[in-house]
Amino acid sequence: MTNRSNKELRQYIHAQEFFEDGVFSEDPGWARNLRQSAMANLKQIGLPTQRRGNEEWKYTDVRPIARTDFQLGTNGPSSEISESDLAPLSFGGINWIRLVFINGTYSPDMSSLSGAGKDITVTNLSEGMKTQPDLVRNHLSHYADYETKAFTALNTSFVHDGALVHIPDNQVVTEPIQILFLSAPQYHTSVSHPRVLVVTGKHSEATIIEGYTGPPATGYLTNGVTELVIGEGSSVKYYKAQRQGQDSYHITTTEVILGRDSNFSSVNIDLGGKITRNNLNILTQEENSSCKLSGLYMVTGTQHVDNQVIIDHAKPYTTSRELYKGVLAGSSRSVFHGSIIVREGAVKVNAHQVDKNLLLSDKAEADTKPAFWVYCDDVLCGHGAACGQMDESALFYLRSRGLDEQAARGMLTRAFVNEVIDNIENKQFRNYVDELVENTLEDWLNE
Amino acid sequence: MLEIRDLHASVGEVPILKGVNLKVSPGEVHAIMGPNGSGKSTLAYVLAGKPGYHHTSGQALLDGKDILSLLPEDRARMGLFLCFQHPIEVPGVRLDHFMRAGYNAIRKSKSQEEMDVLKFDKLVNDKASTVEMDRNLIKRSVNEGFSGGEKKRNEILQMAIFEPTLAILDEPDSGLDVDALRVVASGINQLRRPDSSIILVTHYQRILEYIVPDMVHVFSNGQIVKSGDKNLALEVEQRGYDWLENVPSSNKQV
Repeated sequence: MTNRSNKELRQYIHAQEFFEDGVFSEDPGWARNLRQSAMANLKQIGLPTQRRGNEEWKYTDVRPIARTDFQLGTNGPSSEISESDLAPLSFGGINWIRLVFINGTYSPDMSSLSGAGKDITVTNLSEGMKTQPDLVRNHLSHYADYETKAFTALNTSFVHDGALVHIPDNQVVTEPIQILFLSAPQYHTSVSHPRVLVVTGKHSEATIIEGYTGPPATGYLTNGVTELVIGEGSSVKYYKAQRQGQDSYHITTTEVILGRDSNFSSVNIDLGGKITRNNLNILTQEENSSCKLSGLYMVTGTQHVDNQVIIDHAKPYTTSRELYKGVLAGSSRSVFHGSIIVREGAVKVNAHQVDKNLLLSDKAEADTKPAFWVYCDDVLCGHGAACGQMDESALFYLRSRGLDEQAARGMLTRAFVNEVIDNIENKQFRNYVDELVENTLEDWLNE
Repeated sequence: MLEIRDLHASVGEVPILKGVNLKVSPGEVHAIMGPNGSGKSTLAYVLAGKPGYHHTSGQALLDGKDILSLLPEDRARMGLFLCFQHPIEVPGVRLDHFMRAGYNAIRKSKSQEEMDVLKFDKLVNDKASTVEMDRNLIKRSVNEGFSGGEKKRNEILQMAIFEPTLAILDEPDSGLDVDALRVVASGINQLRRPDSSIILVTHYQRILEYIVPDMVHVFSNGQIVKSGDKNLALEVEQRGYDWLENVPSSNKQV
């Protein structure tokens, strides 16, 4: 451990000690041990501030995060937080199950669990550690790597509150389960470590929506980890919408384990954040499982958004589809780093990856890096990448029919992003994203 | 209607049009013929305002107003319509949405009320039958995956809906088989009206068997080198273009 990383971590070490003596003290011993070993790992590896020779963090500089002395936000007085603070994430239906976390701390007042059937579990993780200890202990932190990944280790060092969702065998949950994380910093620089664990049994279905928001002009850090364990024959849709402030940092890791014949589809929307980094890791652990991953990022100013997606095709007859699209304005920058691994013996794997970027400004920059490690002959893998400005001939075509330039640009940009939005099956969430995109473009094109 | 006076234009830095004079009166159909690279399509693009195609001198008066400095959308709003030789594919934009947006933008510019979806759908359906266009295409992305013939029909459909006062058709016949050509030509013929004009750019005489022009002009090296009635097209068909290339610049009729 270098001196610098020691200094960078001091705030977290102190905070952890503080919480272990306080609100964490009632957690079971294994949870305390888990946090301790995660912190020990973090001290060993340090934050990934060195980018030279570090492919994983080559394009994303986390030094601004490492240098900031973040305060671990605690739940402020509840009178200061109101429903209106959640307005940027208001897409839910009346009957939807909703878990709300403020600065990572569970807010029972703002949550609504009444829609949950008696067979399914939707609760706060710290509660679940006591009521469903075997379930939590058998899954929590079993998939997200807190030994070598610094931000996951940091999150795990504070694992306590969070969302726990368990769908038993043969349960079809029709209404989406919303998990909302609100940063409401009482300090300018506060940090939260959102945590989500979703486990489904066999032949179940569920839709999970994660939302992240916070005030526009403060430099808070959100460092989330989500683990999704999808049982045999189950189907899970996972949507994530990030609308944090333009000065905030958003780092998340999502681990997905796919059982036999299971289906996973995700749509990841990023609009906010000064530095955003999403790690999405899929393991097709059993045969004939499949995933369909979509992403849309729209950034401007000096925003930086980095999506790192790793699909590990461990078993035969597994398929993956990736479609990520970005619209970049101002001097913004995007990174898409998509890795596909096909293990030995994983025959008949079918994997396809696409990343396309539309640059609305000369100063914006998009980096796309596909990587394939294929250790099996009998597979079908492909990828496509594109990056460019708006198609001038299409623009002229639209204008020749009477549309003014701004309307034509808006229409073409909408068309570009619609391919991703169309992958959102839930109507309310799709309408919500649709409106967000419309408003964002209107702001940009009017500038 | 349209009067072009000594029009010179360049694509990038390369001069293409070298003094074009043309007068088209209401109700007339003028065919512009000429070998590849003679500047026919450039004339169409310059009139429609395609970026990169700029006039260096001369005028093009539409109803007495010089349109050469106007934005393409403003020309469209004045009633000019370019039927594209290679219609553009626009993935993700539904054809009916696209047409209605343009249609209503033009209406709005004239302080007319926008047409609602139901009325517009009816209009599109009525017009689609005149060009024998498959209605399923109307709900699909603009030109995406359309066959060559379907793209051309789509252009004629749009022309039928927009009812321009000046339509410039840039090789509407290229790449069509005889059956498709007949359909496209009859669509165009149905749009001939006493108060609107058509400039038909073509490489072949074939389409003029279906659409009888009032005037035929032959382009060569960025100029009209010969003008005449429909018989000029037949002469070109028999003799080719070579005999015209050395004719001095002139707009005199034969």
